[in-house]
Amino acid sequence: MKSWLEKQRHLIDFTLASLARRKARNLGLLAVYGLLVFVLAAASLFTHALRQEAALVLHDSPEVLLQRLVAGRHDLIPPGYLEKIGRVRGVQKAEGRLWGYYYDAVVKANYTFQVPTTEAPAPGKAVIGAAIARSRGLAPGNTISFRSYSGKLASFEIAAVLPAASELVSADLVLVTEQDFRSFFDYPAGHYTDIALSVANPQEVRNVATKLAAALPDSRPILRDEVLRTYASVFDWREGIMLALLSAAILAFAILAWEKASGLSAEEKREIGILKAIGWETGDVIKMKLWEAGLISLLAFLIGYSAAYVQVFHFGASLFEPVLKGWAVLYPRFQLTPVIDGLQVATLFFFTVFPYLAAVLVPIWKAAVTDPDAVMRT
Amino acid sequence: MIELRDVKKAFNQGQHNEYWALSGISLAIEAKKVTALRGPSGSGKTTLLTLVGCLARPTSGRVSLQGRDISGLPERFLTEIRRQTFGFVFQQFNLIKGMSAIENVMLPAYPTGRPHKELHQRAEALFERLKLGHRRHAKVEWLSGGEQQRVAIARALINDPQVLIADEPTANLDTALAREFMAILESFSAEGRTVILTSHDPLVVESAAVHRVVDMRDGRLLEA
Repeated sequence: MKSWLEKQRHLIDFTLASLARRKARNLGLLAVYGLLVFVLAAASLFTHALRQEAALVLHDSPEVLLQRLVAGRHDLIPPGYLEKIGRVRGVQKAEGRLWGYYYDAVVKANYTFQVPTTEAPAPGKAVIGAAIARSRGLAPGNTISFRSYSGKLASFEIAAVLPAASELVSADLVLVTEQDFRSFFDYPAGHYTDIALSVANPQEVRNVATKLAAALPDSRPILRDEVLRTYASVFDWREGIMLALLSAAILAFAILAWEKASGLSAEEKREIGILKAIGWETGDVIKMKLWEAGLISLLAFLIGYSAAYVQVFHFGASLFEPVLKGWAVLYPRFQLTPVIDGLQVATLFFFTVFPYLAAVLVPIWKAAVTDPDAVMRT
Repeated sequence: MIELRDVKKAFNQGQHNEYWALSGISLAIEAKKVTALRGPSGSGKTTLLTLVGCLARPTSGRVSLQGRDISGLPERFLTEIRRQTFGFVFQQFNLIKGMSAIENVMLPAYPTGRPHKELHQRAEALFERLKLGHRRHAKVEWLSGGEQQRVAIARALINDPQVLIADEPTANLDTALAREFMAILESFSAEGRTVILTSHDPLVVESAAVHRVVDMRDGRLLEA
């Protein structure tokens, strides 16, 4: 056992010395390979973090949202619906929600007006998202005027700016009282945009949705899980788009790494011949070369993954932000919570390290099985 | 110690460029003596050396080492025998560039799993013996031809082999260095090692250090 360990130590020593002897080639390979891992890891880390963020945000959202449809389009909830829902078993709480969109021609951006269910601002006052505050240069105490769709001018005093931490979902938000909301949008009394429902038992959510669909056939229940799935697929789609855009570069890097890794130089082949002639077995040579390839690929993976982690979680993924976050005018600024998913790391590891090892194995094996007497004949 | 019976060796057998390097060699090499294989280029000296040194297997015939037939052994066993029994000094020295002299010397011992400290001490002792101690940490490409050959000799001796095999050892050396090499050879046979070498250098084959000269031509022995 001790001699086996000592042998491995010798092999590793020789491998490290070999790597150091071909510094330029190995550093070049490490750079290209690391860059490849970086691109893939950054895309995957960023979308995963976004999905996680969306899941966290939606964690406290209602289990079911009910929207009324007319001709397949979203319409207002008329009076009386809340009472009808109250009679559906399993529904713990039903609340009418008021929200809508407003286009601000000044900054050419859409805002989301909403009436908060708790802690609503005083009449005539508004709480705004950080992105609006930035783009309009507003601070608490300032006044902002909007011309409503009916042409009336409405002014609101800024009561507060929403914290930057919630910017992912609150960047474009304007929170006002119910009275101000209805008056600004000429919203008919007793009507709501949609209804938020709380269901006590999570197992019952689907049943409640079925009952709601039966009781209110012109309405559409939307489950929180469905929203989460939609977010996930939107981010997956964006990740796919980004990877498709980068596929040419990724392929070029992959080919370069393959080319660099899979060809053994004449000098390396000569060295293998010498080692075999002086008593190294084919297995020793293969082990030594696999140590070499393993060290390079592991190092490239660690460098690429760490760089991607720093890029995504400390520098706000500035390289991929435009594609992965979206194209909004009011760009949310937010810091993603660092998340590392074991399965994701394992998948990336599998798809970057294993092809490399497979690429180098065949040429190594070919060189390692050369006759040891070849060195005498050269 | 080493016996060859009707040994033949073909390259590219069955192909249009088939070539018989050895055509029926029978030879007994005595232990603890210096045997030189002499002959012109293409006479089969080096091929014979590779068969004796377990670097290759004969196409037909038998090679036995201390009474044991080794001609049919699988590569793994041949490697083991090669490592334990033979040390090689190649014509071009075949040192690994970019590594220091002492690292090159320790290389054949790596697969044995001997402790690093022990290997280091053995390598240091060999450097002292070959008067190369001051160059042990120099990269091999910085060494002169004579120094490189001494490094190659030290490498051949690291596993303490019974047999030293040298292929055209003086081909790249001037007269003074060639004489120095022969003196080293003499000391090896004096300490009981068997030395087999190939050469057509008169300085080698006519040296008093060589006990027996085997002449070869066209893959056959000329010795009576």
